Amino acid sequence: MSHTGPDPQLIVAMHMSDGLVNAPTAAAFGLFAAVALAVCTTRARADLDERTAPMAGLVTAFVFAVQMINFPILPGASGHLLGGALVAILVGPWVGSLCIAIVLVVQCLLFADGGITALGTNITNMALVGTFTGYAVARALRRLAVRSRRGLIAVAFVAALVNTVVAALAFVLEYAIGGAGGATLGVVATLMVGLHALIGVGEGVITAATVAAVAAVRPDLIHLLRGTRPALPVATGDGAAR
Amino acid sequence: MSERSGRPASGAPRSRFLLGFLIAALVIAGGLSYLASPNPDGLDSVALHGCTVSETDAGEQLDGTCIAQNATESPTARSPLADYAVGGRDGTTGLAGVIGVLVTALLGVLLFRTLGRAGRAAGGPADPAADRSGTRRSTPRPGER
Repeated sequence: MSHTGPDPQLIVAMHMSDGLVNAPTAAAFGLFAAVALAVCTTRARADLDERTAPMAGLVTAFVFAVQMINFPILPGASGHLLGGALVAILVGPWVGSLCIAIVLVVQCLLFADGGITALGTNITNMALVGTFTGYAVARALRRLAVRSRRGLIAVAFVAALVNTVVAALAFVLEYAIGGAGGATLGVVATLMVGLHALIGVGEGVITAATVAAVAAVRPDLIHLLRGTRPALPVATGDGAAR
Repeated sequence: MSERSGRPASGAPRSRFLLGFLIAALVIAGGLSYLASPNPDGLDSVALHGCTVSETDAGEQLDGTCIAQNATESPTARSPLADYAVGGRDGTTGLAGVIGVLVTALLGVLLFRTLGRAGRAAGGPADPAADRSGTRRSTPRPGER
């Protein structure tokens, strides 16, 4: 990035930098994230086979790519995909959490995006809270999602909107527990929720469009639709039941 | 195993689908990334709330009181890909993005293949092509099958 002109992204990049919460808080969330990812690793095995493993790898790369695209939400402010609902719908919550965690680790180590001691909080917010929130919403609305393509798209949108706001609330919680200061908790909570409600709309659109694109060509690879007959209309004419 | 013949009753062959997914990621990271908004994202905006940002020779200066003043520089800030640029050069965001896509895809495929094999070795689902909704540990809901 250029060093001419205002580029505040250079200061804290896309994710939490080191130092925004105190060391004990960072360590506690680091421990939490490590334990949770270990559980995800164990549970993910049952969701991974020769069909879904390559899919999950490419979903990981896709989230990395889309996270680079900051879209404008207000004058002077942007947002980007977090990806929790997207991965939860496509590959399930256990595998999905690992997808986002891979993205965050690569961003932190290679791209200096997000701090190293902040990795625990970043993984907690986006890989764990975001993904499992998105999954919970999608699961609760699954009846609608399996009914029609339109229903699936609506569910993807809502799950993504909610995952964005709840992930933002996870940051508010971390700031409440051990924030390094600089703004009152009330201001942080109000701004985080307000901005992420707007970002959530963008997250919802991207998630819905991506899920719709996958559903158009390979609905059988969508984790949320597992166990259903291929009831969704498919773009190619060869749409007989298996 | 139906590894290569993964064409279901409908839809594109799996290999072509996966290639399409990879190409989409490469196009987004390699090309669309140039159109990304340079403004701070939601978290950044909150962290910078209360400060004005000005450019100095030493970098950005934050005047006022804000959360971002507590931020410390990333230990990997000297990485050759830091800030999504190759070697700190302008205009290399796309190349940095392409590298990131390839690295994350490689790590993801390797990790998930290894985990999947470990799962099957440990008595996971025997037939990967089968409908496995009944073998998931979560309780199947009525009407799920």
